[in-house]
Amino acid sequence: MAHFRGLAGWRCPNTRPRVSRKRRGAFQGQRSCVGMVENRSSVHSSANVTWKARETWEEEKLIQQELTNLKATVSAPTTTLRLMKECMVRLIYCEMLGYESSFGYIHAIKLAQQGNLLEKRVGYLAVSLFLHENHELLLLLVNTVVKDLQSTNLVEVCMALTVVSQIFPREMIPAVLPLIEDKLQHSKEIIRRKAVQALYKFYLIAPNQVQHIHDKFRKALCDRDVGVMAASLHIYLQMIKENSSGYKDLTESFVTILKQVVGGKLPIDFNYHSVPAPWLQIQLLRILGLLGKDDPRTSELMHDVLDESLRRAEINHNITYAILFECVQTIYTIYPKPDLLEKAAKCIGKFVLSPKINLKYLGLKALTYVIQQDPNLALQHQMTIIECLDHPDPIIKRETLELLYRITNGQNVTVIVQKMLDYLKQSKEEYTIINLVSKIAELAEKYAPANEWFIQTMNAVFSIGGDVMHPDIPNNFLRLLAEGFDDEKEDKQLRLYAVQSYLGLLEEEDAIYPQKFLQVMSWVLGEYSYLINDEGDPEVIMTRLHKLLKKTFVTSETKAWIMAAITKIASLNPGSKTVDKLIQEFSTSLDTCMRQYAFELKHLCEDKDLMKNLLPLDASCDDMVVDASLSFLDGFVAEGLSRGAAPYKPHHQRQEEKLSQEKALNFEPYGLSLSSSMSTSGFTGRQSPTGLSFGSDISGNSTEMGQKEMSSLKLDGVKKLWGKDGYLPKKDSKTGKEDKLEAVPPGSTLGGNMVDHPLSEADQEVVSPSEEEKEKQQLASTLFVGLASNNAVSLMGKADTTTQKFKRKSKISETQNSEEVPSIQHDATLSSSPLPEAQSNNNENIQSTEHVRLRKTSLSSSEVLEASISFKRPQSLMEAGLDAKLPDCRLSPSSLFADNNMEVFQPTQVIPSVAASKASLIPSLSEELASNPHSEAVELCSSDTLAVNLCKVWTDDCLLLVLFVANRSSSALKNVNLVFENSEHFKVRKL
Amino acid sequence: MIKFFLMVNKQGQTRLSRYYEHVELHKRTLLEAEVIKNCLSRSKDQCSFIEYKDFKLVYRQYAALFIVVGINETENEMAVYELIHNFVEVLDKYFSRVPIMISCLYSNNNVSKTT
Repeated sequence: MAHFRGLAGWRCPNTRPRVSRKRRGAFQGQRSCVGMVENRSSVHSSANVTWKARETWEEEKLIQQELTNLKATVSAPTTTLRLMKECMVRLIYCEMLGYESSFGYIHAIKLAQQGNLLEKRVGYLAVSLFLHENHELLLLLVNTVVKDLQSTNLVEVCMALTVVSQIFPREMIPAVLPLIEDKLQHSKEIIRRKAVQALYKFYLIAPNQVQHIHDKFRKALCDRDVGVMAASLHIYLQMIKENSSGYKDLTESFVTILKQVVGGKLPIDFNYHSVPAPWLQIQLLRILGLLGKDDPRTSELMHDVLDESLRRAEINHNITYAILFECVQTIYTIYPKPDLLEKAAKCIGKFVLSPKINLKYLGLKALTYVIQQDPNLALQHQMTIIECLDHPDPIIKRETLELLYRITNGQNVTVIVQKMLDYLKQSKEEYTIINLVSKIAELAEKYAPANEWFIQTMNAVFSIGGDVMHPDIPNNFLRLLAEGFDDEKEDKQLRLYAVQSYLGLLEEEDAIYPQKFLQVMSWVLGEYSYLINDEGDPEVIMTRLHKLLKKTFVTSETKAWIMAAITKIASLNPGSKTVDKLIQEFSTSLDTCMRQYAFELKHLCEDKDLMKNLLPLDASCDDMVVDASLSFLDGFVAEGLSRGAAPYKPHHQRQEEKLSQEKALNFEPYGLSLSSSMSTSGFTGRQSPTGLSFGSDISGNSTEMGQKEMSSLKLDGVKKLWGKDGYLPKKDSKTGKEDKLEAVPPGSTLGGNMVDHPLSEADQEVVSPSEEEKEKQQLASTLFVGLASNNAVSLMGKADTTTQKFKRKSKISETQNSEEVPSIQHDATLSSSPLPEAQSNNNENIQSTEHVRLRKTSLSSSEVLEASISFKRPQSLMEAGLDAKLPDCRLSPSSLFADNNMEVFQPTQVIPSVAASKASLIPSLSEELASNPHSEAVELCSSDTLAVNLCKVWTDDCLLLVLFVANRSSSALKNVNLVFENSEHFKVRKL
Repeated sequence: MIKFFLMVNKQGQTRLSRYYEHVELHKRTLLEAEVIKNCLSRSKDQCSFIEYKDFKLVYRQYAALFIVVGINETENEMAVYELIHNFVEVLDKYFSRVPIMISCLYSNNNVSKTT
């Protein structure tokens, strides 16, 4: 390498003396920067200069000068490739320091194309550091890569594969894919490994393009070289993450590999501190966890190897802790096995109690993960958790709060929320605030013990979360207030308390609240201030709101909310002086929006009837009928057309026309039609501009209707807001034990289950608890209260209804009793036209269409079961945020499926047979469907003989409604017809 | 998944950086400054993992040099913590002899590690 040293002679004379002077002294400095660099001498100068330059301005000056020189050099036609290589190294260094050097990008590509081996290497390296996936210059690299892949020189092939695995344009994959596929059979293992890495990259950026080589991945997994096998694990981890059921057959292979790794069968090169291939082990454990999840049969295969891993990892070294952590996670992810769980729990105990802070963190993280399945562990470690809550390290504190969040229930919610708020008061970090605030809001909504507490907690949330928090929080809060709960009186109290509390807050003259909070306040005051009419004067409320309007910190959006509130109050209190004053004041406002509001208000005040009509009392929840098709404008449109106006063109059509006019140059590569057709996988159907108008578009093409409907539904259905009732999932066979634990005082619970040395300590605690200890124990008893008892409740089949205060009126459980109301419900709102055809006929028609909307079971066998039950469905699917109403589903043998925007097809796969016992009539989705996000199966209706369950599944392009029809009687079903009545099934609601 | 790998000295100057997700240049400087500020503010007896924005930082100090790795929540912190050490050990072994190996190893190491 020595000959490179004298190579810096091309530099411009003005920098030269300075640089070379510095160069001698500071040889040490370059150590850390060499990672980026290929040869030593080239970077000496610039590295050393900046190394010396302590002041940023000095550094900047030097680098800028360097960049100017470089720019001149790279663009000079006389520059040799060798010199160019030097320049690239310098440019990389400059970029790393944060100075853009985009002028050199193209030269990097050129260098990769033209240079000899070393120069090529630098060129490729520079490209992979400079460019990103979507950079337009990247396309210029493709040719070079193709050429190098075909090279006979192994090093060139290696370099090409490396750069492909780091950065490659997605649309050009087909150009190199066959070449890379061939490399999988290469005799050199390094080439095979790099080829697998490149394919992994392709899988990440364009999974459908490598679908056809999945069996080749299997070959890579069985490769005799460990490196190739390890590389293929990345692909498998990714694929199994997306679809675990497709790779169950590989479980045994993974288990065998892990066994070999753990057993030390790998070459010794793979050892790290005498632990065999730890990162490989971690990877394998993750894969096993994904495969064994909820699958007893697959889980059984891995029990032995997990046990072995736990045993082997008993050396005290950080890396074994990392493996143990992964092991514990896997054990708790797969189908549980008692003695493994016990060992894992022991392991967690060791972590949590460790004096090493990093281990403690790891232990807390594991505990947080595990706690949902085994709340016992939280009880065991409660004192440690309490200590961590006051830990000097905020990160540990934060992790502990995360843990507490998971074990919150109705009894400990106040303490936990208080702890979270305390933490928030110290934290300035925006992300922490956003995250914690939404957790607090969620807990408060779920478990609030009292109205006052709820409102006050939400006040804290709004003032701390301010304008950074998720917009869902205020929306949900308002929705909660508006929709109310089971008890009308409770609702009123809650609203009243909110109004009072906000009035109190607004009374303070100088307080500044976040905009979102002000918006919430004004909405609540506008809607519900009438509740305090006996004790409060509407004029006072309006004066306060009026004052707000004049504050400078209030944004115009918030002003709109305030004006809306004032308008609402004004409609209840005609002839208010404040309103008159306000109208006068803002009629001349410079703010056009405010002026507009003022005029609206003025006109409304003049027409009291209209105002009353427009702003009814407490009607925020009522659905508004909106004619989204704007059919009432038809006359106007016709008139316009007759006067010669141009017909309306939908947005996309206009855009297409515009594009076709503009498209003069063809940017797409020739001969690659395959890739472009594959990448445009989205639907290209015509979309009507009318949005949600299901009603007025009956004649429209039905697939389009479906798509439209699905896309709009999907948007609303993404957030699941009201899913869980309590935090504890159903548990079996553990309650007895927990109850016992609960009865024992916390100190001794701790001692009894302690794993290591602290046993004696814990005993002491019981004997002579100091003041501080007492305090902690008290905290413990408040924090961990209800952990066990809750369990007992949920075991009995009831959700913890007693602890949850705020609940929706419509609960799933209520629907189960709906069989008692066998009256036929008529929904007269819209005409659905029942087709006078036999159902089989209907099915035929529908199956021929490609778009599958609704899966429907249609059972038939020898015996006819005359089942005619009907039901109303009170549950409005609120938990999905989607207000899809299926109000009347009537079962009767003669009815027919009739709906113009749903399609039905026979299930391709037999739905898992349902056992005869009533208890097990809860259906489950087929694996294929269960992999998609889906709701829980909800019973729509049932009688002694039949039960119908509904489950929603969100697939990539549509929403599937899966109906399970279960026969509870012993007689066979011959024919079941499901009828969906009325075409107003799906409504999208806005708050 | 590993998002970035940084070597920063105590003065807050970046000595080496590698991003595995595209980050714009001016954002990199800001990010690096904040990251090092976060690491420097922590004492020896605090844990080596920091929650930062929506991801995590794992750092390790070698004399005046910090190595910081940004990871997302799927990664095992301890494994990354040891990966840093592995990297440093390899640097130690190779450094004086063949600097070019570092950049090779470096990219390979991470490709084989980046999920």
